[in-house]
Amino acid sequence: MLRKSILILFSWLLVNSLVHAVLTIEITQGSESAQPIAIIPFAWKGKGVPPASIKNIVAADLQRSGQFSPLPNKDLISHPHDGAQVNYQTWRSLNVGYLVVGKIQAEADGSFQVEFQLLDVFKGQQLAGYSIRSLKSGLRRTAHHISDIIYKTVTGEEGAFNTHISYITVTRNRNNKKRYQLAIADADGYNEKIIYNSPQPLMSPSWSPDGTRLAYVSFLSGRPEIFVQNIFSAKKERLTSFKGLNSAPRWSPDGKYIALTLSKDGNPEIYIMNVNSRKLTRITRSYAIDTEAEWLPDSSGLIFTSDRGGSPQLYEVKLNRYRVINRPKRLTFEGNYNSRPSVSSDGRYIAMVHRTQGKFRIAVLERATQHFNVLTKGKLDESPSFAPNGRMIIYATEEKHRGILSAVSVDGRARQRLSFKKGDVREPVWSPYKVNK
Amino acid sequence: MKNLVRNFIILGVIVTLAGCGMKPLKKGDGESTDKQQQDNQYGKDSTGKFSSGASLDVSSLNDPNSPLSQRVLYFDLDSSQVKDEDRDIITVHAEFLAAHSDIMIVLEGHADERGSREYNIALGEKRAKAVKQLMTLQGVAESQIQVISFGEERPVALGHDGAAWNLNRRVEILYTGY
Repeated sequence: MLRKSILILFSWLLVNSLVHAVLTIEITQGSESAQPIAIIPFAWKGKGVPPASIKNIVAADLQRSGQFSPLPNKDLISHPHDGAQVNYQTWRSLNVGYLVVGKIQAEADGSFQVEFQLLDVFKGQQLAGYSIRSLKSGLRRTAHHISDIIYKTVTGEEGAFNTHISYITVTRNRNNKKRYQLAIADADGYNEKIIYNSPQPLMSPSWSPDGTRLAYVSFLSGRPEIFVQNIFSAKKERLTSFKGLNSAPRWSPDGKYIALTLSKDGNPEIYIMNVNSRKLTRITRSYAIDTEAEWLPDSSGLIFTSDRGGSPQLYEVKLNRYRVINRPKRLTFEGNYNSRPSVSSDGRYIAMVHRTQGKFRIAVLERATQHFNVLTKGKLDESPSFAPNGRMIIYATEEKHRGILSAVSVDGRARQRLSFKKGDVREPVWSPYKVNK
Repeated sequence: MKNLVRNFIILGVIVTLAGCGMKPLKKGDGESTDKQQQDNQYGKDSTGKFSSGASLDVSSLNDPNSPLSQRVLYFDLDSSQVKDEDRDIITVHAEFLAAHSDIMIVLEGHADERGSREYNIALGEKRAKAVKQLMTLQGVAESQIQVISFGEERPVALGHDGAAWNLNRRVEILYTGY
């Protein structure tokens, strides 16, 4: 097993916040099938220091994916900036399959022109080459875009580097009172923005499929209610405030409905609400707990948690045009606790919280084969959420009794840890592709 | 009957006092861990039976020696089943509430930190509703009881072990305005 431990420390200013926070991303385990790739520092054509290290951002992205193994700087035998300068023979001798070269040009209007080429070392040819214009504030995003292009060119799959995560943080203020914050950040943890903060618990963020809004549960009034908030304007509105529970919102793939849990009719049941008309359709009818609904990607059904069989397990109810067409069918049989489903965007996998020997871990069920795999090793792992490309799962775990975020590849081979210097971090949800900040 | 009530000795464990923001307090001295002993000390007379809650007046809500002062019920893992030994406590509150239909309570359901948060919110509600059902069966009006679940969001014990989890799987009986 190839084990890597790369510690990257960055500090950055929290927008809308009083504190400087430090984020650590640690690659705790790389994949042995990772592709060696040499990423050469980009040439800087401008005055002073370069505005960002595109090379470092791209290398960290590719490393985190578990699919690539970027060469350490000391092994970069030369620093070409253009494919024409490359002596392929010397790179072949290092057994490196791919080479990335590029430059950043400062333009008169203050913007930057970023050029890069992805080269196939063994064939001695260019696989991809782009020139991207970027503002200074957009350079990290440009670097993630380059990572996506490299990832797709080599693996044939979409990358998810230019996406975001949302999560809840809990900190204590000077009077030792808890503050709950709804945050969004780039998928690598940078550019955190607090979009809502409250003295009362916040829970269960869910992205709208266009990436413009988050639904979540707030206890500000003293009891759970569902809110929807625009992440750009910060404008929010209360979606439901029925008697009893208002919780577990999940946006439908077409954005027209939100699945949610209400106990207004006695015990927790799953409903779907038309976001425009606010019309409710009841989905489940049982005396048990039914909650944590998650949509199948084509809206053909909902996966949810129910204890109707005596212990919490996942069930599937099929829908046709948002109407129930069958009785819920039980999906999980491994152990006596399976909850909080997250479905990959191709519908192939269901990630969940699974209890084994008293420990709560993230497991994944491959639907076609019924193969069940426990991916994580913690005691209190929870809230799994698939990346939009279905390759990685971000989840909440704890380290020294503090909530942190971790990610694991769907095959369990690559792992990384994102930890924040302050407070507890919990309930991560990975954004869809289309988020424009 | 009132004398009986006054004579109850509370050696403490967890007592929810109305005047302290409804938060359970731990009493330091004389703490007993013997469950049987505790039971005997909460509002039971010499024959081991609870006194009738209906005979208690409103002032006993602020009396730490009243059987009404026991306001936290604990639950087993994954369970919303009221424990047999807690039924008498619920009965005292139910009789009191049935006799005082102007008094309102909130049943606040909680879970420990393990498992998924949303499921825990539902589990906390199920626990509180199990208590509510026992109360309404004994004559308390639905309108006197409000149920709220905080799931695992508001632990009383901040540890991460079995002892803390046992204290956090609970329903708190909160008297509105007392």
